[in-house]
Amino acid sequence: MSEISISTELPAGPIPSMLAQPEGPPKVSVRDLNFYYGQNHALKHINLNLVTNKVTAFIGPSGCGKSTLLRIFNRMYDLYPGQRAEGQVMLDGHNILDAKLDLNLLRARVGMVFQKPTPFPMTIYENIAFGIRLYEKISKSEMDGRVEKALRGAALWNEAKDKLSASGLSLSGGQQQRLCIARTIAVRPEVILFDEPCSALDPISTAKIEELIDELKEDYTIAIVTHNMQQAARVSESTAFMYLGELIEFGPTNKIFTSPTDRRTQDYITGRFG
Amino acid sequence: MGFEHTTKAFDGDLQELTRLVAEMGGLAERQIVDSVDALIRRDIPLGARVVAADAEIDQMQRTIEERAVLTIARRQPMAVDLREIVGAMRVATDLERIGDLSKNIAKRVTALDSDFHPLKLIRGLEHMTDLVQSQIKSVLDAYTAHDLPAAMVVWNGDEEVDAICTSLFRELLTYMMEDPRNISFCIHLMFCAKNIERIGDHATNIAETVFYMIEGQQLLEKRPKGDMTNFASATPGN
Repeated sequence: MSEISISTELPAGPIPSMLAQPEGPPKVSVRDLNFYYGQNHALKHINLNLVTNKVTAFIGPSGCGKSTLLRIFNRMYDLYPGQRAEGQVMLDGHNILDAKLDLNLLRARVGMVFQKPTPFPMTIYENIAFGIRLYEKISKSEMDGRVEKALRGAALWNEAKDKLSASGLSLSGGQQQRLCIARTIAVRPEVILFDEPCSALDPISTAKIEELIDELKEDYTIAIVTHNMQQAARVSESTAFMYLGELIEFGPTNKIFTSPTDRRTQDYITGRFG
Repeated sequence: MGFEHTTKAFDGDLQELTRLVAEMGGLAERQIVDSVDALIRRDIPLGARVVAADAEIDQMQRTIEERAVLTIARRQPMAVDLREIVGAMRVATDLERIGDLSKNIAKRVTALDSDFHPLKLIRGLEHMTDLVQSQIKSVLDAYTAHDLPAAMVVWNGDEEVDAICTSLFRELLTYMMEDPRNISFCIHLMFCAKNIERIGDHATNIAETVFYMIEGQQLLEKRPKGDMTNFASATPGN
């Protein structure tokens, strides 16, 4: 008796449109991701991994989709009507695009720091405690400890410890941005997204944030969008170059900035785009 | 390199660097020819001019390095531009060494005033110099034109120079053993031959730099080598 077996499994091996991925365990895996602003197809078949405890930089001209991609990692786009994502974004093996997902929990796991520092109009202490209270009920002394730990983690403790009850808005721009980072890490996320975190800061504050990113990757997986190519070259292990909604090149940062493979990457990073 | 930069002045900076390197290359080429010419014709004033002209090459290297550093500081070059600038600095270093080696040949002109001047040896040195000079010329053309195949021809072509150098060494050893009075002349000529051979090596270094500039990686392959002077020996005749 002969048996005929039909396999319904997908062929093994890498996805055809996938570029070589960095080595290491992926924290976030993006598979065939498409994104639409209404009719506008903003991201096209994106495939990439964010490796655990590494920094991945996203570069590309304005409107290339890098910030859009970042906003998908914590479903920020859900705040706006008419925007939808198709495909898979796996965080530790679970698809975060799943409609049943608890968004508050996701945003605690995937924190975000924005271009402009956005402290809440409350005290430095409360800026941090506020977020923690959303997720946890803890005692005052525990809260004090958590606030201090977050401020230390964001390299702001020494500057802020004597004025915890001062308004967050009284801090300088660079300090405000570090306060936002403290607020983000206070809720113990696993992934931190930085959307041009230094574009409004002076060189010294920028250096402090970069130093901080270097320390933060010990504990977190980091994605950073930046228009500053030297910054991408300094802080990241992997760099993704995006153009017109497509992922053009993705690879080790050292390779991308010294000998990129794709002509478009080369033209962009050397300032020949036109 | 295709497109122009959005910042036009950056293109100007890079072109100026390449132009300076090419100019320096021209000077170095002339130094090689003049030094050997002075040696062969025992032209002491020409030798002195070569020695004096080396300062100009040294100055050009400093200029190129300063320009390169300034461009890096000003433009934060990436990828192909960064390699272009690093390439210019590396080539300038090789050319400066070529200048020094030519100067060393020129310095020996005064020491070579003996009557003993076997034509065969001189022809050998002349031939070697012609070869090396054409190697330098080709590799500098390849550098300015970003012509990788041409650079690779130079890279592979050094073997012949090495072979001539080795046979010249053997011959010099023989002359020295034949008559101790030849030793002084032969030793000087030996250094000159070795200098020319070293200049040939710098041509291959430049070819490797051209490879790096174009391909974005170091040339790791082993270069074909024919320099056997380390093993050259002559046994006293019976």
